[in-house]
Amino acid sequence: MLRRTIPLIITFVVGMVLVISFFIPHKPFGTLGEDFSVFFDIISVFAFVLGGGNLVWIHGDKISKRRPGWGYSAVCLAGFAVTLVVGMLKLGNPWGIQGDVTEAGSMFDSIYMYIFTPLSSTMFALLAYYVASASYRAFRAKNLEATILLVAAFLILLGRTFTGALLTAWLPDSLAFLRIPNLANWVMMTPNLSGQRALMIGISLGIISTSLKLILGIERNYLGADNE
Amino acid sequence: MAKGWYERIRDIDRRWIFLFITLSVVLPLIFQVYFAEIPTPMVEQIFDKIDSLPAGSRVLIDFSYDPASMPELQPMAVAWVRHCLLKRHRIYAMALWPLGQQMAVDTINEAIDFIKKLEPGREIVYGIDYVNIGYKSGQQGVIKVVLTNLETLYSTDINGAHISKIPMMSGVVNLKSFDVIISVSAGYPGSKEWVQFGSDPAGVPLVSGSTAVQAPLMYPYYPRQMVGVLGGLKGAAEYEQLVYERKLKALMGKRLVELGHPPRDADVAPLAEQYLGYTQLGIKRMGPQTVAHLVIIIFVVIGNVTFFIDRRRARKRRPS
Repeated sequence: MLRRTIPLIITFVVGMVLVISFFIPHKPFGTLGEDFSVFFDIISVFAFVLGGGNLVWIHGDKISKRRPGWGYSAVCLAGFAVTLVVGMLKLGNPWGIQGDVTEAGSMFDSIYMYIFTPLSSTMFALLAYYVASASYRAFRAKNLEATILLVAAFLILLGRTFTGALLTAWLPDSLAFLRIPNLANWVMMTPNLSGQRALMIGISLGIISTSLKLILGIERNYLGADNE
Repeated sequence: MAKGWYERIRDIDRRWIFLFITLSVVLPLIFQVYFAEIPTPMVEQIFDKIDSLPAGSRVLIDFSYDPASMPELQPMAVAWVRHCLLKRHRIYAMALWPLGQQMAVDTINEAIDFIKKLEPGREIVYGIDYVNIGYKSGQQGVIKVVLTNLETLYSTDINGAHISKIPMMSGVVNLKSFDVIISVSAGYPGSKEWVQFGSDPAGVPLVSGSTAVQAPLMYPYYPRQMVGVLGGLKGAAEYEQLVYERKLKALMGKRLVELGHPPRDADVAPLAEQYLGYTQLGIKRMGPQTVAHLVIIIFVVIGNVTFFIDRRRARKRRPS
């Protein structure tokens, strides 16, 4: 009873206060809305602890059961442990334990600069390879819709570089709208914008509907399966 | 049966595509291939907005990105900070992403190093000219709180100094205390959340810098809720070009003469790079991006040609 009722009451009260505080930003709703936002920020800090615990739990389980790819989990946990210890004890920090954790010259800063940053950039850069390979295999003018998409992609790819301007620079000013950068801009600001706005309105209506269901206690999945 | 040239191209191993992409990025980097940038009206609007603010204006810059998106977003962040320092605006750095705090430190340090070489004797003092209040967890919740009261969440800066002891924090109450907000973001939370929870309710102009993938999602907010969007490297390169042409070129030329290295041609950038530590990362990285785009276009064209040839052959084989 309590496990279900109390969370429902909290959700209802917080939800209603936040909605009302948006339209009536005066006392007591304005202050309460601000307080609830601060509570949210404080609670979100605990997500880091939960995230760390979850990481250890999932990868520890994978290693102990020797599941396929357990070696990667070991590397992940080792990286997590080393970074955590080095950061918490501020090892190699020129100012010792009193110094800032990101102080230049500290081991934590070195891990960040020489391991984390290049690895992150490398992972992001791999996207270029997948985009190129996928474009070659999947971007085919199979029907009208695919052809429109293909033409739009060509305009954006060319329009986002110097090549686009170069290829159509010879067009007279009266036909400036046909220059590739202008066409690319038109694609972004007209069809793309209309589509994006339509999507946003749809998504917003969905969010309002789901939020109302949560606030009114109609949607209870977040309480867990045994609370149905 | 041995494959003909057509079949070889049609069934090309994706490792060849990877090789071409690698070469299209590496070779322009090695040979420093880059092209002139023509700023678009939207980028000019952003530049004019920052440039039209009087000296001493408060500019809040949110560094919500991490090392993964740093190559794409850092150039525009550096260009903005340089522009603000040149205009003597006061810079307030913060982050909604955990690693954004470090991004802010790196960006501001790089910009300050350059400005000090350009304007020797100029003092850029922490706490007076710029401050870094760092990262706070809570995503849009952080924006919602600082909308009404900044000190509730940000009682100290990244060095642990109470904000009441920081001279430039005097008079800063909430988001309404700022003249413009610049959001450099690679996703959630980022520019979209700033519009919804920060700049729009506070009535403060917002400028967005996004990755190229994110930029189309920001356009619905332009021009009423955003001054403009710098999209990816292209946007960064255009902004760099504007700052260079309208602000730096004359200053750098003068400084190079003082140093005894008078520029011989109109382009002072290479000499400034050598003697003043000036970087144009956006413009330089657009070279590889341009060539890589062309390579992708060529592959897409080849893929479509083979597709149509196959379809024609299949139709011919089909009994009528």
